[in-house]
Amino acid sequence: MNYQVKLEIFEGPLDFLLNLIKEQEIDIYDIPIAQITHQYLEYLDLMRELNLDIAGEFLVMASTLIHIKSRLLLPPPLEEVEGEEEGIDPREELVQRLLEYNKFTDAAEGLRERESVFMNVYGRETSPDYEGLEEDVYLEVSLFDLLSAFKKVLEKVEERGGEIIIADELTVTDRINQILETLKEDTATPFADLFEGASGRMEVIVTFLALLELIRLRMVQVRQGAEFGSIWIFLRGV
Amino acid sequence: MDLETASSVIESVLFVADEPLTVERLTELFDGELDKKTIVEIMERISESYDGRPIQLIEVANGYKLCTKPEYGEWIKKFFREERKRTLSQAALETLAIIAYRQPITTPEIEEIRGVDVSGVLKNLLEKNLVKIMGRKDVIGRPMVYGTTQRFLEHFGLKSLSDMPSLEEFQQVLELDT
Repeated sequence: MNYQVKLEIFEGPLDFLLNLIKEQEIDIYDIPIAQITHQYLEYLDLMRELNLDIAGEFLVMASTLIHIKSRLLLPPPLEEVEGEEEGIDPREELVQRLLEYNKFTDAAEGLRERESVFMNVYGRETSPDYEGLEEDVYLEVSLFDLLSAFKKVLEKVEERGGEIIIADELTVTDRINQILETLKEDTATPFADLFEGASGRMEVIVTFLALLELIRLRMVQVRQGAEFGSIWIFLRGV
Repeated sequence: MDLETASSVIESVLFVADEPLTVERLTELFDGELDKKTIVEIMERISESYDGRPIQLIEVANGYKLCTKPEYGEWIKKFFREERKRTLSQAALETLAIIAYRQPITTPEIEEIRGVDVSGVLKNLLEKNLVKIMGRKDVIGRPMVYGTTQRFLEHFGLKSLSDMPSLEEFQQVLELDT
């Protein structure tokens, strides 16, 4: 089974890290590098397990994090101790990059708000507009939420233990069809229900890949009732 | 020419213009008979005359444009049978924000901030005429530098680039958060 699903919902390693930091209300000027590195690598592993195409940038950031972590463990070089100035915090450069990037994500948010007003303001146009130039995938639930939810499901399956080997291996295509069948009956289903009765780790992964594929094909929509609420899968209007 | 006539001429031109009408263009139209200050005053009066009407006169992209009010957007959308959203992706918005505040800027400089490859997004923005090539930077390799367009200002309903909030404001917000 070699499925490559490319997701561009995280805008990159910086976006990913900022999400981690914001979600856990970490002080950006005092990042617990060991903890963050651990979580970062955990998610990379999860993505690898899903055969998600991990962009090179994610790996570069992983090595940066490990490098910072190791520098924090080492005593500062002698010259720095003797010098008048205090040694530079190895985290400094990363913090500056995160802060810089964060300014622009906020600026982008401001632009989005303006856009949402002005897309409803019409004037005369000559040029055929933006029509058909961009396909946007709209995820009201971020990939981060989705991965977190998925992680919980996986953990639960592992707790139950015991891998049942299925003779007829369930393919992603089969699972896609099953999910669509369910949605045709109910139009919406809770995320967790998709994994109910899954007989093992492999089936859970196949189900998740099927869901990602459906999102990519814009056949389903993922929504969350409230912040941190349960995630629901909706069939997109035909 | 009396002001009454001038006002009617301007409103007529506004009605047919398909891009924001600049004060300079109008002084040209009147062969310099009307000064800029008078034209701006006429604009203000025209704008007020649309109070309570579904049409509005907005200042956008260094000019004036007659537009509908946002509350009727849904109906116009339906009228044009628009299916697709006209909104930009997160990647496009972030890249645009960086270009808008840091122009002229090269591709590697944008990538340094975003931490990811931006060639695809940039191509898209160029196709949409939201950014343009402004020239080449005088360093090794002479990389191209990019900047935002009039179309960018129109898309976001901005009068000019200085109409955007300063980046420092965003910085403060984050520091209050943490």
